[in-house]
Amino acid sequence: MTEEKTHHPEPSYLVDTGKYKGLMAWLTSTDHKRIGLMYMYAMMIFFSVGVILGVVMRIELFFPGEQIYGPQMYNGLFTLHGIIMIFTVVIPGLAAVFGNFSMPIMIGAKDVAFPRLNLFSFYLYVLGAAIALSSQFMGNGPPDTGWTFYAPYSIQTHTNVVAAVFGAFVLGFSSILTGLNFIVTMHRMRAPGMTFFKMPLFPWSLYATAWIQVLATPIVGITLLMIIAERWLRIGFFDPALGGDPVLYQHLFWIYSHPAVYIMILPAMGVITEIIPTFAQRRVYGYKAIAISSLAIASVGYFVWAHHMYTSGMSTTARWVFSLLTFLVAVPSAIKVFNWVTTMYKGSISMRPPFLFALGFIFLFMIGGMTGLSLGALATNVHVHDTAYVVAHFHYIVFGGVGFAFFAAIYYWYPKMYGRMYNFKMANWSFVFLFSGFNLLYFPQFIIGIMGMPRRYFDYLPQFTLGQQLSFFGAVLLVIGFVIMLITLFSKKGEKAPDNPWGGRTFEWGVPSPPPVENFEVMPELAENEGPYDYK
Amino acid sequence: MHNDAVHITPYRTHLWVLVTLLALTFVTITVTWIDLSALTVLIAMVIASVKGYIVLTYFMHLKYESSLFRVFVFMVLAIYVLVILFTFSDYLFR
Repeated sequence: MTEEKTHHPEPSYLVDTGKYKGLMAWLTSTDHKRIGLMYMYAMMIFFSVGVILGVVMRIELFFPGEQIYGPQMYNGLFTLHGIIMIFTVVIPGLAAVFGNFSMPIMIGAKDVAFPRLNLFSFYLYVLGAAIALSSQFMGNGPPDTGWTFYAPYSIQTHTNVVAAVFGAFVLGFSSILTGLNFIVTMHRMRAPGMTFFKMPLFPWSLYATAWIQVLATPIVGITLLMIIAERWLRIGFFDPALGGDPVLYQHLFWIYSHPAVYIMILPAMGVITEIIPTFAQRRVYGYKAIAISSLAIASVGYFVWAHHMYTSGMSTTARWVFSLLTFLVAVPSAIKVFNWVTTMYKGSISMRPPFLFALGFIFLFMIGGMTGLSLGALATNVHVHDTAYVVAHFHYIVFGGVGFAFFAAIYYWYPKMYGRMYNFKMANWSFVFLFSGFNLLYFPQFIIGIMGMPRRYFDYLPQFTLGQQLSFFGAVLLVIGFVIMLITLFSKKGEKAPDNPWGGRTFEWGVPSPPPVENFEVMPELAENEGPYDYK
Repeated sequence: MHNDAVHITPYRTHLWVLVTLLALTFVTITVTWIDLSALTVLIAMVIASVKGYIVLTYFMHLKYESSLFRVFVFMVLAIYVLVILFTFSDYLFR
């Protein structure tokens, strides 16, 4: 943690001014900015572990047949990869890191509404992650169910499912409390003059996200507890041998876990909506359409869960109802893409690293979104369900979308976080490697998926070899890009950052870099004729 | 809760709510002794809903809050109903 004196009279939040110094000062801090950074450090560690697990899977898949380990270990690896990446990285993701760091400043607040609850949420996150990871080293070995814990297998397997499920349950509480905190903060603590329709669009996306966190997460919490109850008490919820219904598990699981995709992607969309007007120096095209489309995605996205279950034995009626709803949710997403592109039209574009990653996001998210439509259609879904095509699709959304938006956000707010700039050339190289590596890794999975390569198989037929090997080389490029990014951001101090290095208009660019503890020396206000994006 | 007005509920109201909740719990248990076949679950759900309404209204102060909070609660209930409806589009037509 860097400690530096700035020329500003108020000490920066990076300076320890309280009772404790060093690590203890961070671990006991209720400052939203420090909590955001702590989430970021934790997530980077978890992400690195998840990446290593992914590479280990890719090595095994380089040739058909068993190479260095067998199917049981492969099952454990993809389960752990999924649990880490989904529950500890992308679900808390942008909301926990940048929602905490930037949102209160962007709405003109000194902190979130409940700072202590915010720190408690962070500790729940760490506790939940620790419990989930401990499942790998206790009991009868790592769980082999996949991150979805599908019943009845999750009831019957002798692996250590209970700890992993309970870890996810605790992580859910962290998510609920963060969502609650953000809703109250945005309702009660906006700057004078900042009505809801003058609020920047990243907070808007967080607002929509927070409602999903509060309303959907309890359902998966209960569902996961039902698994534990069924394993320990033999209550027949899901296992047909006990009188239960396995499709009910899938309903309950996806009632949360599909909206969870929007918990991940909505803040990512919000970040992109901040970056594009700043680097195009243009007012956001269709401000209200973007704000309302966030709410539309959150509300319609709540009711599309069963498109994960077309081949599970659901009724035909349910299948077409959910297919229709799935197509509907594409509309507000497309509105956002249209508005981002239109905002750039006739803009004074500055090709800085955050903007480059934002463009990468749009490209990858479009591919992920369009292939999502082919999966939402009943006829095509039946053929590609549970193939590598699905793996490619959700990585284009979750990594190409959320991951690239996360990288864009780090490059965007880094000068504000640390008060330092970074090397643009290195940052651009990290983009080149990440973007090309990503596409080389995942695009072949679309092809071999359509050819019939099932997902979650450690072995494959010889005709899939080329696709699997291309994916391996893509993974290598991706890792190189990630390492370059870490070196660019954290290896040495860059030159001192000005307060507003990108020419942004939202409140965070009006405070010192790094900001003082309570963000504002003079509380900001929005005049009646002012908006959040008054460029031109 | 409003910033500008804090409503204090009298003890007597709380006592009445407690008695009503206990009475309804007694009714819930009693109806399990009667064979109502398909209506059993429905009646249990109706009684639970009434209890939930009383808790939200008095213990959780919705009666005294602004309409914004009522809208939020209504929204949650609406989502709950829709989730049940969509889930039953599977179970009823299998």
